[in-house]
Amino acid sequence: MGFLSYFISGVSLGAVYAIIALGYTMVYGIARMLNFAHGDIIMVGGFVIFTIVSTLGMPPLLGIIAAVAACTVLGVTTERVAYRPLREASSLAVLITAIGVSYLLQNIALLVFGSNPRQFTSVVTLPNLVLAGGALTISSTTIVTIISCIIIMIALTAFINKTKIGQAMLAVSEDRGAASLMGIDVNKTIAVTFAIGSALAAIAGALLCSAYPSLTPYTGSMPGIKAFTAAVFGGIGSIPGALIGGVILGVIENLSKAYISSQLSDAIVFAVLIIVLLVRPTGILGRKINEKV
Amino acid sequence: MAILEVKDLEVYYGVIQAIKGISFTVNQGEIIALIGANGAGKTTTLQTITGLIPAKAGKIIYNGTDITRVPGYKLVSMGIAHVPEGRRVFAEMTVLQNLRMGAYTRRDKTEVEETLKSIYQRFPRLEERKNQPAGTLSGGEQQMLAMGRALMSRPKLMLMDEPSMGLSPIYVNEIFDIIKEIHKSGTTVLLVEQNAKKALSIADEAYVLETGKIVLSGDAHEMMDNEQVKKAYLSE
Repeated sequence: MGFLSYFISGVSLGAVYAIIALGYTMVYGIARMLNFAHGDIIMVGGFVIFTIVSTLGMPPLLGIIAAVAACTVLGVTTERVAYRPLREASSLAVLITAIGVSYLLQNIALLVFGSNPRQFTSVVTLPNLVLAGGALTISSTTIVTIISCIIIMIALTAFINKTKIGQAMLAVSEDRGAASLMGIDVNKTIAVTFAIGSALAAIAGALLCSAYPSLTPYTGSMPGIKAFTAAVFGGIGSIPGALIGGVILGVIENLSKAYISSQLSDAIVFAVLIIVLLVRPTGILGRKINEKV
Repeated sequence: MAILEVKDLEVYYGVIQAIKGISFTVNQGEIIALIGANGAGKTTTLQTITGLIPAKAGKIIYNGTDITRVPGYKLVSMGIAHVPEGRRVFAEMTVLQNLRMGAYTRRDKTEVEETLKSIYQRFPRLEERKNQPAGTLSGGEQQMLAMGRALMSRPKLMLMDEPSMGLSPIYVNEIFDIIKEIHKSGTTVLLVEQNAKKALSIADEAYVLETGKIVLSGDAHEMMDNEQVKKAYLSE
């Protein structure tokens, strides 16, 4: 039963990584940039919920809605102010800017909330699931996280395949110039991508902080890097890849913590990434990238 | 009546000047050919017209409106379609999805279906392969898809960049027949081609580009007899 319990919480952790990885992978696929500030959007979402639920005493659902709204605005604003002016610049300039945005968000949070960890109240208020006569307990947060991830994946896939703006996103990800020749506003499409990615980051923030309830300005940083790893692992640019990469990563991390060493777990996760990339440089589901000459 | 006027257009890639002040006119209902060697600036000219590359100086007037600084994506709903060099179909999307992207700016859903039907009539092979990813089509089929995709917007002016490039002779003839048909159905065509012989045979007027300048212009059929053109572009 021990193994099953570790495995399920690994899947749940992986589901959070997957939701964050979606933001990385969509922005990379469509805007061709690595948004290293994405992890810090999670932290901002966490603090918005913390302020509304713990400080103001309002219901958790309201906190989540406010966090989604705040992160969406934040994501779109960063894209507009920091990244759009660099659309024709080298990818290195964009990458450095993204790292700058990341530090900016962390330091603003540090200024406003200080560096002491805040106790985050779980947004999931359901009872835990007890199975096999008490031998296996699955926390309600775990269940809600996995279900949320499945719903998000289905909804996002439907959005991309069934809506006009979703198809425009696919077109821009394949060929920005040709998409523009179809009458697609590339800037608007990229802004929508940032909006969706950031809204998902807010949800990931709510779920992550509910499972690991200590909130600091650096909370988003490590899960951000892990989710980026998950996105690369699954094949960056691929939505099912984000899911597979996230879940595999979460399970490996949790099982190594349980059976090998909690100190070594991150090292093991990244070692597996290196091995996968050596064997399959484009990740598990990654497509060949044909760089235009 | 001029549907498109290009006046003293200059385009730079960094410090290198690719287009050195060219002017030409495309009249409504005509086929205009822009011919010239590799690197003469033909593709750059088309890409500047549809906003993929910014113009440094000069004006582009479409139907009386200055479109020099209009973002490229807005030109589709104004009636300009561009079939780009190398076709640039969305390889991972299906043929049908590609065609639907061509109608991206259109709001008249029932009429879009009509257009789709007419495109399937013109290109039966596209209908046969409608659920296939565009990347699996042959070069000639991809060219047809790129043309069909552009026609989905029901353009008044169609820019075509090297439609015969890399195609087998049978396909080349077929593509030129299709261009004639598109023209007959009322679309003005601005054609860029390295296959000068073919281009001149279907065009009304022609311009010869050499290293960013227009060196010759006039009636396309007369140009076929021009010794200079014969020597430089029509030798087999």
